[in-house]
Amino acid sequence: MSVVPAGALPAGVLTAEEAAPARPAALGPRARLWPSLAAVYRAQLSRARVARIPLLFVATFQSVGIMILMRGVVDGGGAARAVVAGSSVLVVAFVALNLLAQYFGQLRASGGLDHYATLPVPPAAVVLGAAGAYASFTVPGTVVTAVVGCALFGLPLAHLWILVAVIPLAGAALAGLGAALGLLAPRPELATLLGQLGMSAALLLGVLPPERMPQAVRLARDLLPSTYGVEAFARTFAPHPDWAHVLGDLAVCGMVGVISLAVATRAYRRAAVR
Amino acid sequence: MTRERGDGGDPVGSSLVSTRAAQAHRHGGDVVCAVRGLTKTYPAVRGRRGVPATPEVRATDDVALDVRRGEIFGLLGPNGAGKSTVVRQMTGLMRPDSGSVEILGHDIVRHPERASRILAYLGQESSALDDLTVSLAAETTGRLRGLDARQARAERDDVLDELGLAALASRPLRKLSGGQRRLACFAAALVGQRPLLVLDEPTTGMDPVARRAVWSAVDRRRAEHGTTVLLVTHNVIEAETVLDRVAVLDRGRVIACDTPNGLKEQVAGEVRVELVWREAAPLHVPEVAALRDRAAESGRRWTLRLAPEEARTVVATVTGGAAFAALDDFTLATPSLEDVYLALGGAVRQGLVKA
Repeated sequence: MSVVPAGALPAGVLTAEEAAPARPAALGPRARLWPSLAAVYRAQLSRARVARIPLLFVATFQSVGIMILMRGVVDGGGAARAVVAGSSVLVVAFVALNLLAQYFGQLRASGGLDHYATLPVPPAAVVLGAAGAYASFTVPGTVVTAVVGCALFGLPLAHLWILVAVIPLAGAALAGLGAALGLLAPRPELATLLGQLGMSAALLLGVLPPERMPQAVRLARDLLPSTYGVEAFARTFAPHPDWAHVLGDLAVCGMVGVISLAVATRAYRRAAVR
Repeated sequence: MTRERGDGGDPVGSSLVSTRAAQAHRHGGDVVCAVRGLTKTYPAVRGRRGVPATPEVRATDDVALDVRRGEIFGLLGPNGAGKSTVVRQMTGLMRPDSGSVEILGHDIVRHPERASRILAYLGQESSALDDLTVSLAAETTGRLRGLDARQARAERDDVLDELGLAALASRPLRKLSGGQRRLACFAAALVGQRPLLVLDEPTTGMDPVARRAVWSAVDRRRAEHGTTVLLVTHNVIEAETVLDRVAVLDRGRVIACDTPNGLKEQVAGEVRVELVWREAAPLHVPEVAALRDRAAESGRRWTLRLAPEEARTVVATVTGGAAFAALDDFTLATPSLEDVYLALGGAVRQGLVKA
């Protein structure tokens, strides 16, 4: 405690001699990872419900529209599977990558990160909570797109349960990428641009059957994380799915997810203290 | 004509009395927050297309402050004086180039993450909470401040009731008026008790009822827990009525620091006379023409700072004779913090708000 009584202090600015209390005061509790992650997740999901439902419709209609267009070009077989799988994962890309990049870009530019930065919450909870909420938000759109696609192209519905793995893993990869882009972009417009570009890439490289692409584009396709989600999903439409390959593709998604979410968490930490 | 306002020789205008100055001493005078030599310079930015270049700016310049336990300490200054920059460095949001910040014995420059466990911060932006309902914004903030779910809900309900926000609890912040939204953010800042509240212009856009709710909530926490408040404001009236002590900032420097009354005593020998002319000043009257050099002109309004004796003469001149016909209104008032700010050499004229 201070040794200088209040009355003895000069009225003006104090000099350096009067130090603060000798013994540091007890700190408030730290918010633990899982409870705060759950709190952020819940808040973000409710946010998305309020503000983003129209955009989910847009994402779904866009994917269904693409499938209807492609029906004139593609006639069953492997190409049809790629189109349905690609369109379904496109919904994930739209929300998790594009919208999350925009959200974090705007939050950073408007100073909204200050709110989280002045709370004792682990950075991972903020990033994972938001990414998780955006990924969950894609579930209805993705399922609707997949079911409509199966109906349009006469594909079996038997293995649609694989979406239970595809959505979270592709969601983690794309949401991590979106969050990292949004938090690293120096300006919010740039974050929006990158998010849109990422989504366009997912559309062009994911939906179109790869057999007809030039070599360079196929390489770009292999570098895009959503591709592995698309491939895994597409394989399950086969009469006898190659489950080892499905698992391999999903593992790639998961790995990219871990890395990109780690990058996003670091980016958040950097963006929060300027 | 609104001449009732100018009530002759009894200057009352802004002589609002702060009764709280004594309270700070009752809570004891130990220092909660000590700032020394805080300096931050924004580097020069080279111009791009459509964006003009800005030179190097010293946002805070060797700032030193002591905030004592239980007081409401204010940072007063016009926009751009560096108030928010000082606060951002004190809350660990920005690293100073040099200087030290110690809050309750913790070095915030070395351990910025500790700030979040000692203080609650209400920034100027609400974008992190905008899409949430009032209730969820308060509850989530409580959870992220380390409360468990049950505590967070209980404190949320208490705070919303206390601030009169219960009726708005299920409305998203985005749908509220500016003042209501601000109040909701203030509610979020209060959930999860902290010994230090850092409030950056908390009452912007609020109606008088909401303002009163804010200050009575603050007072309650001071009385019950000895909570200390660091307040950023550019509102002179608010500064005079709620602050125990105030540091006046100008271009990143602290140009004065005292109680509001103590500061006003520095210019106690002066009286502010404001003259509002109907159209133009009657410069054909020699006494009026002589005053022109000493008046700060703003449209039809002249503001003069005069010794009481002189002020009496001026009032006698303009309320009688030829000048009276041209006069629309006049006021005579004791100095306010704004006068102090200008007398101390404050740079930006009319940068402070009187509302």
